[in-house]
Amino acid sequence: MNEFLILMKSELAVTVILFLLLFIKIGKGMRNETLLPLIQVLLLLNFLLGFFFNKQGVLFEGLYTTSPMIVLQKNILNLGVYLISLLCADWLKKTPHLSEFFMLMLSALMGMFFMISSGNLLMFYLSLELATIPVAAMANFDLEKKISSEAAMKMILSSAFSSGILLFGISLLYGATGTISFAELPSQLDGSPLQIMAFVFLFTAFAFKLSIVPFHLWTADVYEGSPIAVTSFLSVISKGSIAFIFISTLYKVFQPMEAVWYNMIVVLAIATMVTGNLFALPQQNIKRFLAFSSIAQVGFILVAISSNSPEGLSSVVYFVLIYVFSNLAAFGVASVISEKTGRENIDDYKGLYKTNPFLTWILALALFSLAGVPPTAGFFGKLFLLTAGGSKADYWFIAVAALNMIISLYYYLRIVRAMFMDKNEQPVEKIQPNPSVRLALIICGAGIVLTGMLSWVYDYIVKLS
Amino acid sequence: MNLLLLIGIPLVAALAVLASRNAKQVRWISLTGATVQLIASFALLFTFKAERAAGNTAQMLFEQKYALFPAWHINFHLGVDGISVAMILLTSFVLVAGVLVSWNVEKMTKEFYFLLVLLALGAYGFFISLDLFILFFFLEISVIPKYLLIGIWGSGKKEYSANKLALMLMGGSALILVGMLGLYFEGGRSFDLLKLSQMNLDTSTQHILFPLLFAGFGVFTALFPFHTWVPDGHSSAPTAGSMFLAGISMKLGGYGCLRVATYLLPEGAKEYANIIIILSAIAILYGAFATMMQKDLKYINAYSSVSHVGFSLLGIGMLTQTAMTGAVMQMVSHGVMTALFFAVIGMIYDRTHTRMVADMGGLMKVMPFVATVFFIVGLCSLGLPGLSGFVAEMTVFVGSWENADAFHRIATVAAAMSIVVTAVYILRAVGQTVMGPIKNEYTQLKDANWNEKLAAILLLAGILAIGIAPFWLNDLLKPGIELIMQKLASVK
Repeated sequence: MNEFLILMKSELAVTVILFLLLFIKIGKGMRNETLLPLIQVLLLLNFLLGFFFNKQGVLFEGLYTTSPMIVLQKNILNLGVYLISLLCADWLKKTPHLSEFFMLMLSALMGMFFMISSGNLLMFYLSLELATIPVAAMANFDLEKKISSEAAMKMILSSAFSSGILLFGISLLYGATGTISFAELPSQLDGSPLQIMAFVFLFTAFAFKLSIVPFHLWTADVYEGSPIAVTSFLSVISKGSIAFIFISTLYKVFQPMEAVWYNMIVVLAIATMVTGNLFALPQQNIKRFLAFSSIAQVGFILVAISSNSPEGLSSVVYFVLIYVFSNLAAFGVASVISEKTGRENIDDYKGLYKTNPFLTWILALALFSLAGVPPTAGFFGKLFLLTAGGSKADYWFIAVAALNMIISLYYYLRIVRAMFMDKNEQPVEKIQPNPSVRLALIICGAGIVLTGMLSWVYDYIVKLS
Repeated sequence: MNLLLLIGIPLVAALAVLASRNAKQVRWISLTGATVQLIASFALLFTFKAERAAGNTAQMLFEQKYALFPAWHINFHLGVDGISVAMILLTSFVLVAGVLVSWNVEKMTKEFYFLLVLLALGAYGFFISLDLFILFFFLEISVIPKYLLIGIWGSGKKEYSANKLALMLMGGSALILVGMLGLYFEGGRSFDLLKLSQMNLDTSTQHILFPLLFAGFGVFTALFPFHTWVPDGHSSAPTAGSMFLAGISMKLGGYGCLRVATYLLPEGAKEYANIIIILSAIAILYGAFATMMQKDLKYINAYSSVSHVGFSLLGIGMLTQTAMTGAVMQMVSHGVMTALFFAVIGMIYDRTHTRMVADMGGLMKVMPFVATVFFIVGLCSLGLPGLSGFVAEMTVFVGSWENADAFHRIATVAAAMSIVVTAVYILRAVGQTVMGPIKNEYTQLKDANWNEKLAAILLLAGILAIGIAPFWLNDLLKPGIELIMQKLASVK
């Protein structure tokens, strides 16, 4: 019993918060002004809990596995959720369904936790659904906006489609090997055509969720239509969790089929980086822009995944941590500006430095970090991804990735240029961000600057992996 | 001497600038920081010489090594030899002068100085790193400051120039990155420069990696045909930005070509030496002729920089001890000279509000100090004996002539011919600017301020120190160059 409590502490903590919110809702209810700080404190405690009682173990006959590395991955997601609750405070305070919003978000988070911990394909499928369906409801949260419903519709259709493909792949795999347990699968895999076909279906489902090109078509519309709080959740937390389970599935379960998936990943990584970058170039809406740039970032993650080495795993976890800071900072600034002025176009950011130097510096840091320019942490993250990818000695592959870094720098600089250099008749007026937003932006900024410089962060991840 | 000081001082200065309250404080903090850094650089020079005189023959002195990312075998490994000491001195001179000439920057003063100090920090870190990873980190750290300095405080088509510069330099970095990772995996998973220099990589690997690294660093140092960012970047940048770009940033590339590409991959260097010579000869001649056509003072100096920096690459390509010494001397000499050139152009522009040669004339009458300095630096650029340019270029030519075959002779003669062209454009630009009748609107102009005078005198002292007594620089560089030559001689 005690072991059960400790091993599943991340899930249990989230469940406790979830039920607390439920009771508050069906009880007397609370005003948003008091409820939101309460949620923020609970999420902070939840995040801090992640540092204690980290153990390795298996529960329910192998359905559920956990290890310090897995707990760390979950905790990175916890951190992201905490930051989102701070960053989007302005929008959250106004929404009439605050507790529902967090209930949905936390159930999705719980789904992701189970997904990362799953040791069985059925468990994986169930938790993936749990992680997806609430997010579709969240995408619809701008209730009076048509575009928001459209986003939710697109999201639910595309995820239903990918779930179908996933289930088909699972059934084929079961037919070919006679097991769905992660522990037993590797010994049954011999690379027969049926198994390869099953793997391709599984892979496709992952590709849908990670928005790997050519399965990315839903991404930009959903990101644009959803409220920014949801967009940042989708692009950071969802992406991060799927990347974690993707990498551990490939490395642990499909290890014997490396020859099959290495080439697939190389081709898809190149397609993803190039497409994401080229489509990010002409975007005007900042959310669409960040959507395409996040597609390109996934391409870089694939570069590291292709290495099939412990370095691949540690560099991906490290990169996701940095990505949490960088992308949330970018979305946070976008959210503040959009909430106060309703402006979401890159042209609206012209002359921002004159009126809002703080927001401008944070956004600039975030963009430089996403572009991988030192002294920001993104430089270290990107470099480690590429170094891990280089261990296969396919240097042309690394060269393509490095070229993509140049393209991405070009479009990130577009925004930096708009903010610092371009003149604007009507710049965004001076905004006094809410203290909690300010705190979150400072945390993100500090994370962007320090995560790279303090090399023990990476060491810590390596020790766990 | 503790090398951490060299990056610690700019770091503290940068943070202090951020914390300061008004423009006056910002200026004085930056000036103090830069001066302390100059003193530290001289202290480094003297302790370095004392160590060498005491018989310390280690390849790198004052080495320090801290594990940074043990999982990747990345260390924070610092150390200097004579070449780096010379470069650090150069950086300190240009930094102090750059802070002084920017005294009148009114627009966002705090940000300006912060970025300037950050730029210097990158250069110092680059010159003392002995680990390719942190070397690359410090090389890249300057991308943001350069971009913002040009884009915000620049003139002319500044956004275009800033973008072009950032992207081209990033392109160079991408080449370096791939070459660097190649070295890492082929050299037994290490970024350590000294360790990699002990490895004997096989010939085919060297032939692949050398062009990547050399061209990558070459982008930074205006290797033809990657020089196109130079004229736009230099002419759009604010005065201190141009001084830094031309004086230091281009030298980062030259240093990298020598220390990383040539030193670590000697077989590659031998294979591609002729191509380097051809490209640099083209750069020298093309730069010189292109300068003849320019009418804007900043463009004149930018194109002439392409030509002058070509001499350092030519010296590296010649692969003889003398030529390589000349190459490094040319880096130092050109660094000081071009910084002074841009400083003087900035002073003239601040007063006349034009950089067009044709619009000026007779400035000697109203600002004798500025005009005299302009004259001297012009003479240095065209290679007058007694000034630094002559010493460096002469050393390169003598070293080149040591190669007795026709190809090297032709290249040397072609490069030497550029001096005639240089004389034409320099004398024309200087003559039209400072001599002749003065225009009415310029009769009220004032001569240089104290800060501008101080900056000019400092850099002039550098030019004269190299020009009159080149042997101290030669002695400083000799052991470092000898090691590279030994490495080159050890392979066929």
